[in-house]
This record gives sequence, C-alpha cells and structure tokens, in this order.
Amino acid sequence: MSALLSVSDAHVSYGKVEAVRSVSLEVADDEIVTIIGANGAGKTTLLNAIMGVLPLKGATAFAGADMTLLDIEDRVAAGLCLVPEHRELFGTMNVEDNLQLGAFRIPKESAARSFERVYTLFPRLKERRKQLAGTLSGGEQQMLAMGRALMGAPKLLMLDEPSLGLAPIIVADIFRTIGELRAAGVSVLLVEQNAQAALKIADRAYVMELGEFILSGSAKDIASNQRVAASYLGFQHEGASGI
Amino acid sequence: MNTTIMLFLLQDGITNGAIYALLGLALVLVFAVTRVILIPQGEFVTFGALSYAMLATGQVPGTAKLAMAMGVVAFGLDLFEARRSLRPRRVARAFALNIALPAAILALTYGLAGPKTPIAVNIALSLLIVAAIGLFLYRIAFQPIAHTSVLVLLIASVGCHLALQGLGLVFFGAEGLRGPALSNTALTIGPLRFTGQSLAVYGLTVAFIVALWLFFGFTLMGKALRATAVNRLGARLVGIRTTLSGQIAFLLASIIGAISGILIVPITTLYYDTGFLIGLKGFIAAIIGGLVSYPLTAVAALLVGSVEAFSSFYASNFKEVIVFTLILPVLVLRSLAAPAVEEEKD
Repeated sequence: MSALLSVSDAHVSYGKVEAVRSVSLEVADDEIVTIIGANGAGKTTLLNAIMGVLPLKGATAFAGADMTLLDIEDRVAAGLCLVPEHRELFGTMNVEDNLQLGAFRIPKESAARSFERVYTLFPRLKERRKQLAGTLSGGEQQMLAMGRALMGAPKLLMLDEPSLGLAPIIVADIFRTIGELRAAGVSVLLVEQNAQAALKIADRAYVMELGEFILSGSAKDIASNQRVAASYLGFQHEGASGI
Repeated sequence: MNTTIMLFLLQDGITNGAIYALLGLALVLVFAVTRVILIPQGEFVTFGALSYAMLATGQVPGTAKLAMAMGVVAFGLDLFEARRSLRPRRVARAFALNIALPAAILALTYGLAGPKTPIAVNIALSLLIVAAIGLFLYRIAFQPIAHTSVLVLLIASVGCHLALQGLGLVFFGAEGLRGPALSNTALTIGPLRFTGQSLAVYGLTVAFIVALWLFFGFTLMGKALRATAVNRLGARLVGIRTTLSGQIAFLLASIIGAISGILIVPITTLYYDTGFLIGLKGFIAAIIGGLVSYPLTAVAALLVGSVEAFSSFYASNFKEVIVFTLILPVLVLRSLAAPAVEEEKD
C-alpha cells in the first residue's frame, strides 16, 4: 500500500538560506503524524512547502498522484488542506460565510453534510455563526480555522501549531477534536511545539532540528527517547545537570 | 438663483453622479479584489460608448478586432505558463476562453452589424466586446504581476490606460461621436423634464448597485471574491483561484464601464479621450469612499456630480478645478483620521 502523502528528499530555501534540508516523510491513511521541534526548526516552512505556498525542491505525491506541479488550489481540490499558523480567516465575514467558503471546491449537496459535521464537532461555531470571524476569541478562531478546513472534506489535514496562544483548557479541547478526526477518516499531519500533547494523540512522530529530521518513530518510542525528553518534554533524567 | 434653476442643476448633477457612482463602484471592486487602481476604467467607458455609436451607423468597430488580438496574446500566455503540464483539458479550456470566445464575438459583430440593426443588439455587441477586452486586459497585463506591490500595479495600470487611449484614437478617430438614445419618451414632473435616457441612467445605476449587493452578499462566487479581497492566502487555502477572482473583477468593471459609456453617449458627444476624465471623477468618488466602502462611494459620486453641475453654472471655466479640488480636503481629513499605516508587507 502506498502512503497517502509522501515527501522525499525535500529542500526548501528562502533565497540562499536553506530552511529545510533533505527531509522525507510519509503519512498513511487514518494516521496521525506529528512533527515536533523547537522554534525556528523549519516545521512551518515544511508544511507551507507541502501545501504549495512555498516552492519545494524534491518529490511530493498525494493519494498516489504526483503533485509537484500542482498549484495550491489544485492540491486543495485533491484533498490536502492546511490550517496555517496565523489561521488566515476572512475576518470581516461571518462564521457561516467562512465555513461556506471552506466548501468552495466541493458540490453543494456535500457542503450541507459538511456543515452538519463541523457544527457537531464544534457546537460553539453554530452558536456564533452570525458573528464576524475577526471578533471571535483565539480559541474560537482556531476552531473556525479547523472547521473551515474540514468543510472541504479533506483526506489529509495539516495543522500548524493549533495550540499556539490558547488557554490550556481550550488546547485540551482542540487536541481531543484532532483525535476524533481519525474516526471520521481524516489523516492528520500535526506540527506542534507542545510536544507532550502532540505525542499523546499521534501514532508516529518526526523530530525536527535546524531544518532536518533527526529522529523518527512511533510516538511512544519518541516520547520515551531521552534526548527528546530532555529537549522538548521538559524532563530531566538522572545525571543530567539542571540549570 | 431661483428654485427651478437649482432643481435643474441638481437633476443634472444626479444624472452625472449616477454614472460616476457606477464607475466608482467598479474601481472599488477591482481595487479590493486585485489591488489594481484601474486607470483604464475610462477607456472601458469610451470603448463601450464609441463601439455602440459606430455600430449604430452600421460599421464594425476596431475594438472587436482588438478583443480578438488580445485573446490570441492571452492564449499564448496561458500556454506558456502551463508549458510544464499541458493537459488536453487545460489547453481546450484556454482555447475556448481566449480564441473561440473573441472569434465568436467578432463573427457576431460582422454578421449583425448594419444600418438597421436594433439598438438592443448593438448594446449587447458593445458590451460583449468590451467585456472580452476587460477580461484579456487582466490576463495580459495584470495576472503575471498580481503578486507585486500596489505601486507596480498602478504603473502597469497607467501604461494600459495610455495604450488603450492610443488605440481608441486609431479605432474611432479624433472626431467625437454620438449614439442614438435608448428611448425617446419623456416624463414631466413640475418644472422638471425627465428624458427616457436619464431615467434609464437612474434605473440602471440602482439596478447595478442592487445586483452587486446581491452578488457579493448572497452568492458563493461573490463571497469568494470578497474573501480574496480580505485574505488572499486564506482564499487560496480553501481553493479559490485568485486569478479567477481577478478576471471576474475585471469583467464586471469593464461591463460597468461600457454600460456607463452607452448611457452617456446619447447625452454628450464623446471623444476617444473623454473617458479618462469621466473615469477620474469616479475615482474621486472612490477615494472619498476610501477605496473600500461601496455606499460611501455611491453617495460621494452624487456629491461630485452635483458639485460639477453647480460649478459649471457659476464658474464654468473652473468646473474641473473645483471638482478635482474636492479630493484635497478629503485626503487631508483621511490622513489625519487614519492611524499611521505601515508599509505594505508584500
């Protein structure tokens, strides 16, 4: 079986600076994969390049088809969707319009079903459906960004720092929802600084440092890896000197 | 001054203002979606008006051939851009839009043009021609540089204006033209006499404003256009093609421009370069509306029209000076009221 998303030997550069070097990754059907790493490791750059927002050197295939030459819009139509770090909502439009536009590439009948699904997943959005997106709280905006992405019935959802700047209780809520997506047949590629939470819901994980993957494996193995624990999970092992 | 004169001037001002309102709305629309300040809007007006006037005399206007030529260039650009992934469907679509469409319009124009062609057919033909020109203008001049700064887009816009105005001189000559009125009926209320033409101006302006409001408020495509204006990246991430949004914006703008032209050409003689000045007045209205607000733009356009009418009565030599001076206090007020705007990021 071929993977849903496969990226091999990807390089992304800003001018002469190479932000991502020789990265390969795979996401299978119904799988939650996370990329963890410190600030500036190149995680956001990598996601943007997979989406087509930034030019990527290397091979990318999605759902068995090569997508190296596809525009962002065609990748969306193929079932790949990115919830970007800054959410990129339509701030002066209301929640319902934002969601409706999320279903821009799918037929009207499926859009009605998508609405139902998103409102079940995020009841809060239904309460606020006539409110302007720009006036929502941070957590609600994140829900809306995810909801908008799910409206298009993607096969793979890429989430960039969904927990950024949110209160812990809302973060827990968002992560619970991400876990539920798998049951709905959506694979997830999750980029997070909150490594602990990400590793808890993920099947597999990649650890990124300075533009390269330094480790990969099942989420359980990664979580118990000493180096990861020390750098990203905040645990100090015996013998390691604390500061 | 007595009331009758005042009413006359006001009526005149509102008729002109309605035209400026249409043009101002088109400018706001194009700027919101593409960030292009559409200087060639005036050329859409002249092309529409003079194509209509020439068709009325039974001649085929050069604009029909221009649309064909622009289509060929656009087709070339489409093929070049898609050179790495030339799928048959993509080529067929580009061919249908860029070659088949203007060829059909050209054939229709040749087939239908004649001294006895009904007015409605002439109007439809002029609209089709100018709509095609607007569409291809975006494809050729603006789509390749869509990601650049507002300044670059403005310079390209001025370039398009100069080129199209020059072509206008070639197509229509230096002589002014007038077209037949849409209707010869008239309505008298008190001292005021409303010609069928001015009623058509009011009616179409209101109809267009309502249609735009419905389009942007209630249709998915209209919302997609708004979304492109609000957040380009967000729009692309839900699969809205920003090039398609740009094309639709230019299509609407060119149709609005052509309609404005067809509405005024029976009232005043238009020359190949008249459109620019008319477009500029729409631009003033759009600036007063901050290039974002449709209702404010419409109200400002009526104000511009009225000021123009009154100043042409009191100080006709200074008519244009007074109208264009309107923009100064507005800009000063706006710059005082607005917080310091940071430099454009992209």
